[in-house]
Amino acid sequence: MFKDLEHLIRLAVVIAIAVVAFVVLRVAVVPRSFGQYGHYRGAAVAETAARPIAFAGHDACEACHTDVVEQKKQGKHVVVACEACHGALARHADDPASVTPAKLDTAVVCARCHEANSAKPKGFPQVVTADHSGGLACDTCHQPHKPKIEPEEKVAAGGKK
Amino acid sequence: MDIIRRRLLVLLPAAAVAWKFVLAGTPEASPNYTLTEHWWGMLIDIPKCIGCGSCVRACAEENEVPDGYFRTWIERYHVADWKIERPQVESPNGGRQGFPPNQDNSGKNFFVPKLCNHCTDSPCTQVCPVGATFVTPDGVVLVDKSYCLGCRYCVQACPYGCRFINPKTNTAEKCSLCYHRITKGLTTACCEVCPTGARQLGDLKNPKDPIHEFLRTHTVQVLKPQMATGAKVFYNGMDGSVR
Repeated sequence: MFKDLEHLIRLAVVIAIAVVAFVVLRVAVVPRSFGQYGHYRGAAVAETAARPIAFAGHDACEACHTDVVEQKKQGKHVVVACEACHGALARHADDPASVTPAKLDTAVVCARCHEANSAKPKGFPQVVTADHSGGLACDTCHQPHKPKIEPEEKVAAGGKK
Repeated sequence: MDIIRRRLLVLLPAAAVAWKFVLAGTPEASPNYTLTEHWWGMLIDIPKCIGCGSCVRACAEENEVPDGYFRTWIERYHVADWKIERPQVESPNGGRQGFPPNQDNSGKNFFVPKLCNHCTDSPCTQVCPVGATFVTPDGVVLVDKSYCLGCRYCVQACPYGCRFINPKTNTAEKCSLCYHRITKGLTTACCEVCPTGARQLGDLKNPKDPIHEFLRTHTVQVLKPQMATGAKVFYNGMDGSVR
């Protein structure tokens, strides 16, 4: 047929090798799950989801600390999740015996929310701590889980009604 | 001889393609969570925010955010009566330690928590040259840090300034909407600790989620609606001066 058939075959072999090399390289370089959901590595979704948590969530706390739940129900702090003040405690929830939360300094923790600031909503209870307590820890008078001081408690403590 | 070589040339690409599928294996199954059954967003009730910084601290702890960088932060707006178009915005250390007393108590003062808006048509994922950032099938914008080159295109593309380059890994980082928590049935760290309920995670595909009732009965807005990003962080009671 062609007198130069051999040249064509050689060219075809070179092209075929190039195609194979491309396909093999691509398979080796492109992550296996690329394109599983879209133009990205699908496994990254599960990898992100696999991170460990730091905050246990209030449901985990309430499973054991039912006494505090009852106390909180009587006051306005019922809506405040435990870890808002006590900090991240997923490790305590996993192993309550060996990891115990530190005692909080109410003079610092309460002021984070309740220190007066004109940008805060008007209905939100705010005090200037320097005038209100003079740096005294808030839990001297208030019970943080049920912060409102009832009138009879005030009289008992010798405070004004 | 010729025939064997030709057969080999035909077989090799076929084998390579087949091998790819063998390597891919079965996708990782996460129990009780189906990607396509969720579409995550967030609700921010500005009149409830007290600027305590709990969300910023919780986010930093949950996600190991380096100091001086923020996946979420709080801005304090001061809008003078005579200067509505030029609000004063400050965010000392992202509001992590709360805010000092206002210098000027006149006019309008309020807090605005900010985070990634998890846009449906996110500008940041569109500019990524390698596919290292993407919108998941459940509507969360994530970064694949093992694939990110650190080219910073996405940092520039985000109209909300929600991205940064992590100085340790030199890869792009942003709010993941606590993807490791929401896929386990928990809420995000910021929503968990918010003492006033100013931040609420919402699943827009779940008809029982209270976010639907809220969106129906309130006038909500998203940040920079003119950018048409399809932002899914909805702000209630947002002043027109908020940028």
